[in-house]
Amino acid sequence: MRKFGSNTLAGVTLFALCVAAQAEGINFADQGKLLATGGVSQVEGAGGGGLAPWALITGYGTRDSIGANVHYTRVNTNDQSLATYGVAVGVFDRVELSFANQEFKFHEGLLSMKGQTRIRQDIVGVKVKLFGDIVYDQDTWMPQVAIGAMHKKNKGLDIPVLGVTGFSPKNLGAKSDDGTDVYVSATKLYLSESILANVTLRATKANQFGLLGFGGDRHDSYRLQPEASLAYLFTRKLALGVEYRAKPHNLIADNEGAAYDIFLAYFPTRNFSLTLAYVDLGTIGKEIAKSFGASDYGSRQRGGYLSAQVGF
Amino acid sequence: MNFLLKITGCLAISFALAAPAYAEQSPLMAQFGGVEKLQKMTDEFVELLLVDPRTRGRFSGADIPKLKILLGQQFCQLIDNSCTYTGKDMKSAHSGMGLRNTDFNALAEDLQIVLEKNGVPFAAQNKLVAKLASMQRDVVTK
Repeated sequence: MRKFGSNTLAGVTLFALCVAAQAEGINFADQGKLLATGGVSQVEGAGGGGLAPWALITGYGTRDSIGANVHYTRVNTNDQSLATYGVAVGVFDRVELSFANQEFKFHEGLLSMKGQTRIRQDIVGVKVKLFGDIVYDQDTWMPQVAIGAMHKKNKGLDIPVLGVTGFSPKNLGAKSDDGTDVYVSATKLYLSESILANVTLRATKANQFGLLGFGGDRHDSYRLQPEASLAYLFTRKLALGVEYRAKPHNLIADNEGAAYDIFLAYFPTRNFSLTLAYVDLGTIGKEIAKSFGASDYGSRQRGGYLSAQVGF
Repeated sequence: MNFLLKITGCLAISFALAAPAYAEQSPLMAQFGGVEKLQKMTDEFVELLLVDPRTRGRFSGADIPKLKILLGQQFCQLIDNSCTYTGKDMKSAHSGMGLRNTDFNALAEDLQIVLEKNGVPFAAQNKLVAKLASMQRDVVTK
């Protein structure tokens, strides 16, 4: 009943916005941004690159319009996989709302339990553009700046063969099953140089993006973590970039470190984009895996990243 | 011998005089294929704007041949300042048109499409588009 209520509210709100837009004589979904300037969907579902959220608002709606997209991302490293799918909406090129679901799995070995073992996490994100415009501010040093938050709810570890469901990351030393990251992003397009740069500062308690919970027995306060992206635009449809994302080390049981990637983003149309990357997520749960008897577990989780986004 | 020297001198002088005519074309303009090619691409660009459903409605009553020449001058001026734009400033040229960002971006994209089709390197295109991008503040009024 409650669900029906919130859906109805969302429906009425969208209808009202649509009527208002029609009355103004504007296109509700104008798809009016330049190609690639909607960015892609980063690993937590926000508009950005692969690892870091960017200051741009997702989708191709201009400030007079709304844009939305769905995405699916899969990261396959030595011993693990992470699948994320989600939906995001950009409203008047000002506010971005995103919802994503993550599922983390182990490939093989004792932890895998025939590929059944998984950790699931839900992420709700909101981002607000404060000032600046990545395209139009070419004659000033001013970047586009946005603030954002991501609320994450870790649903725990499931090992169906053992009848285990929702085994809390608190059992590994985390202090909480849920947490909220707050960040500020500055994105600058140096168009005359065909370069895009982004810097994000994130206050977080998340262990391994939240997959191992929030806060820990080593540290339990918010930490300010930098993230950076640098991309070169080869054509208006193709960009090549690198990213860095620092992560805190809160758990004694997990020697967490920074993540890196090199990505190629392809934008054939405004309705579809494909991102291919090679990622290094750092150590993820090596010590924990060892304690489960997995001796050949990789000290760094490296592998391929593929993300597809469909928008309208 | 004397005659030969005189001839050589003449040649040297003519080369010296002729050289600046070539040197005037900046490396960036060369990437656009020169001023003449730029004007041809500008014509093509305007033709595209007139058929693109996103932009064609914005040119009713416009003096198209004049628009082509003025845009050609403007692009040339923005590329290497080797021409003088003789049209109105961007604000008065677009006042009352009620343009939105989507119109501005559609125009920018059509320019990119035409330049791309004519083989202008993307990095060179961006040097021109970057200068046009900041005109959004004067062009877009809605």
